[in-house]
Amino acid sequence: MTTTFKIPGVEPLFTGKGWAALITFVLAVAVLVPVLFLAVPESSPFHLSAYFVTLIGKIMCYCVVAVAMNLIWGYTGILSLGHGVFFALGGYAFGMYLMRMIGREGQYQSDLPDFMVFLDWKAYPWYWSFTDHFWYSALLVILVPGLLAFVFGYFAFRSRIKGVYFSIITQALTFAFMLLFFRNDTGFGGNNGFTDFKRILGFRISDPSTRAALFGLSGLYLAGCLILTRALVRSKFGRVLTAIRDSESRLMFSGYNPLWYKLSIWTLSAVLCGIAGALYVPQVGIINPSEMSAANSIEIAIWVAVGGRGTLLGPIIGAGVVNGAKSFFTQSFPEYWLFFLGILFVAVTLFLPHGIAGWINRRTKGGAAQ
Amino acid sequence: MNPAIDTTDELKSGTTSQGRMMGKGVDTSHGPILYLEDIGVSFDGFRALNKLTLTIETGELRCIIGPNGAGKTTMMDVITGKTRPDEGTAYFGQTIDLTRLTEAEIAHEGIGRKFQKPTVFENLSVVENLELAMKTDKRVRASLRAKLSGEDLARIGETLEMIRLQDEAGRPAGTLSHGQKQWLEIGMLLMQEPKLLLLDEPAAGMTDHETARTAELFLTLAGSHTLIVVEHDMDFIGTIAKTVTVLHEGSVLAEGTLDDVKSNDRVIEVYLGR
Repeated sequence: MTTTFKIPGVEPLFTGKGWAALITFVLAVAVLVPVLFLAVPESSPFHLSAYFVTLIGKIMCYCVVAVAMNLIWGYTGILSLGHGVFFALGGYAFGMYLMRMIGREGQYQSDLPDFMVFLDWKAYPWYWSFTDHFWYSALLVILVPGLLAFVFGYFAFRSRIKGVYFSIITQALTFAFMLLFFRNDTGFGGNNGFTDFKRILGFRISDPSTRAALFGLSGLYLAGCLILTRALVRSKFGRVLTAIRDSESRLMFSGYNPLWYKLSIWTLSAVLCGIAGALYVPQVGIINPSEMSAANSIEIAIWVAVGGRGTLLGPIIGAGVVNGAKSFFTQSFPEYWLFFLGILFVAVTLFLPHGIAGWINRRTKGGAAQ
Repeated sequence: MNPAIDTTDELKSGTTSQGRMMGKGVDTSHGPILYLEDIGVSFDGFRALNKLTLTIETGELRCIIGPNGAGKTTMMDVITGKTRPDEGTAYFGQTIDLTRLTEAEIAHEGIGRKFQKPTVFENLSVVENLELAMKTDKRVRASLRAKLSGEDLARIGETLEMIRLQDEAGRPAGTLSHGQKQWLEIGMLLMQEPKLLLLDEPAAGMTDHETARTAELFLTLAGSHTLIVVEHDMDFIGTIAKTVTVLHEGSVLAEGTLDDVKSNDRVIEVYLGR
């Protein structure tokens, strides 16, 4: 008597089609777009504008945030309404490096950034030390959001704060950071934040080739995050995350301590957001405390809900659709954008509970998966 | 979700390091596997358990009955670490103080628990449910690399047969019938290789045929395992029980064979009223 069944965790990382799609995407962002942007003359219909490249680069950073949000909300069932803070902290950490690289090219031709001159500061505060070194700043991009998430998560998860209570305190967390960063005395440029960047690793930020490189990096990073998500979800670790979402008590009585599982996926999610923020800032050219506003973090949750929670590609679809619509609306009918966002969210919740990806899945698989 | 188990939010128990998660095994050299002595638990002035004293011998199959609110579920909460008693001692074997361990640590020491309402991981398949329950290193790092060995697969296969879910192995557990979920949860307990199983109304929602199979399974498990079964179904208890304990208002009212207990005047009074 032998029983046969599908062994968990042995399916391939991606199907043949999946790999083909991934490689196509990588080639598109790393080769095709840069060539069309840099080498094809502006008169050609195939030329891509700097506006387009920047917009897509920015949306790809948002896509990573959505992928990170999906790890914690979609797969683990923990809704964070404060993910904007990790994104912004990553952006600020890298922004410090970019500010140092302005050198004496600022308005006041001082060694200090303009906002410090304006405040009549004579030297950099201690926490700006070494930020003129690229690698140190890159380290901060990972450490600052990661450490904040770890400490915050440790206490929240250890106290078994769950559901809507957790969502609310994450919202409070990002709001508190926003207020802190709005203050001029905090030393991060107050409500203007950081802007007017000139150089990155010696390359001029305004150069098309620098833009193309940042674009390509964002795309590769997004692809990397997808592979990571897939690898995690396919592992037993990923199944434990689903088990946390389904029944945390059953999991505890099965001998797992959910604290460390939640804490590791939460911290990973925050770090992914932080790196996305660091790629976002040089492309957009500005970081200010409004990135930490409560509404921004809620919008991240909307991307994931629209695209489809707990699906691999859903968050990317959601972030793409919502942000594509946002740049269209804010240009054509700026006053209607928030109405549209609200309607979209309500419509998706009512008619597509599993988001766009869930809807496509059901359409393509038919009734096979009941 | 399950309202009966969501009260974990109220718990303030600390979590100790993962290093203690692997149990050294329960010492039952002196006979009993579980001692509860003078356990008291109060919720907002309501005494759920009142000087409860109970000893379970190794390999025993003990049935616990009692009217609603008698403290049966609270007793299970104390044994599995979900509720900390206000007073009293709870020992698993000779050495393991249950009042000091977390739920996960107690599970590792070898106590498995089935909830009143069947609780399985609905979005995972039957096989994946069994895989997660299986006794192994359950820390994060181990889970990241975990691969099922041939031996593990054979164990999952055996358990699938035992709980008669071979044909449903790939189905999401959420799509199983009520009785099948009960069986899956029992299967998950067995995968944990517990020494002591706590089963809260395991036959609820089962057909007569399924109930008979469950009784059969419990009788085969007794001896190699120790079982504590909370049930309301007297016929079911009649088929499996040697010793029955009656709880009332948080303490033991009577203990003995089912017939002894049924003819006990105080038990009749509690169950039927004066």
